[in-house]
Amino acid sequence: MSTYFSEDHEWIKVEGDTATLGITAHAAEQLGEIVYVEQKETGESFEKSDEIGVVESVKAASEIYAPVDGEIVEVNGSLADSPATLSEHPEGDGWLYKIKLANAEQLNDLMDLDAYKAFIA
Amino acid sequence: MADAPKRTPLYDLHVELGGKMVDFAGWEMPVQYPLGIMGEHKQCREKAALFDVSHMGQVILKGENVGEKLEALCPQAFSTLKEGKARYGFFTNETGGIMDDLIVSNAGDHFFVVVNASMRHQDIPHMAAHLEGVEVIEIFDRALVAVQGPKAEDVVGALCPAARGLKFMETMLGDINGVECRISRLGYTGEDGYEISIPEDKAVEVARAFLANEDCEPAGLGARDSLRLEAGLCLYGNDIDNDTSPIEASLIWAIQKRRREEGGFPGADRILREIAEGPSRKLVGLKPEGRAPARHGVEVQSADGQNIGVVTSGGFGPTAGGPVAMGYVSAASAEPGTKVNLMIRGKAQPAEIVRLPFVQQNYKR
Repeated sequence: MSTYFSEDHEWIKVEGDTATLGITAHAAEQLGEIVYVEQKETGESFEKSDEIGVVESVKAASEIYAPVDGEIVEVNGSLADSPATLSEHPEGDGWLYKIKLANAEQLNDLMDLDAYKAFIA
Repeated sequence: MADAPKRTPLYDLHVELGGKMVDFAGWEMPVQYPLGIMGEHKQCREKAALFDVSHMGQVILKGENVGEKLEALCPQAFSTLKEGKARYGFFTNETGGIMDDLIVSNAGDHFFVVVNASMRHQDIPHMAAHLEGVEVIEIFDRALVAVQGPKAEDVVGALCPAARGLKFMETMLGDINGVECRISRLGYTGEDGYEISIPEDKAVEVARAFLANEDCEPAGLGARDSLRLEAGLCLYGNDIDNDTSPIEASLIWAIQKRRREEGGFPGADRILREIAEGPSRKLVGLKPEGRAPARHGVEVQSADGQNIGVVTSGGFGPTAGGPVAMGYVSAASAEPGTKVNLMIRGKAQPAEIVRLPFVQQNYKR
């Protein structure tokens, strides 16, 4: 089990051929207080760089782009009623999707925690 | 090449207070402080917040009959504006659109005018060109701060007791910590409060004196925008511009009776016709039923899918507790209670036309 990070400030925690995906604490901090999350539905497939959701803060709307190819197997539905969870626990209870990986090799293009820390420094 | 953004006399204080600085109309301004937009918004509704609005243009008009001369540029009754009073107005163009909105105060031996930061470059030459025999002096050596909220009277009154006696849209010179300031009871948040013009070398000292009050916290442009939106107040460049008439923008209240009867201001043909016959579109409040904010540029459709208008300002209203928006819709669809759809990222989100403002205005009349 390991966690990868994208340049678009998403984290993806891999367990076998499935993974949990969300936005990083750094992204959440930059966005400010989140007031609305628009999510795709279970069963939808996507390719790397596809828009897979929108996070709106008081300030602005920000798209979320898929860091890898995959299919959504579970949506964190609690964010619809409490979008603030995404601000408060972006790397925990504020996860966005559980996905099935279509091409695990794409993970090699992502960063590990140290590389991501250097990226946002 | 664009010039480097300018800094107000309070720049260093913003940085010290943890302000997140952004470029706004050519000025480096705090969009928020560590409290956050939501917290700063609530601070202003519940207690008091201090905003730096020094980027706005402060102008002194000196000469004979300044108020009367201003009436040639604006549809307001400025010739009868009494000393010590302030009035909201706008410059109109020949086609009845709004060139900018402004606050005009009669300061006795001169008129004091505040215009939008983004329109200073237009408004000052406009006045200089058309106000014959009037000296138009743009002020560069004074800061302007707004102290807004239900505790604003206590925050300002603790340092200048005379300011407590001002009513909404009244102005005076007052002493704050030994500094002579122009104190006006007005603002753009929907709350009671003051705007205070301070000599630049004393601005930090006066701002710190306000912030020393436990009920007063600094607030940035983010909160200023959500506060004015909830209060149903127009933002120039978003909700009003050179194409929108004051009647379309529901600003008829700002055109005094005599001016409606007599005309004699730029664009009077269209404006008086729209007063008589009604405008073809109207600025209305839009309350989304769901949680998705509708922002500037979102299309408004009727329930049967016809394009009827556009959102001009929208976002999340912390006091309203959900998304709020305003925009123009065709007059036939402008009745409060009308169901419409807001086309957010291609999806129809149901909303209702509502009366503005979204929160009650709390001015001290």
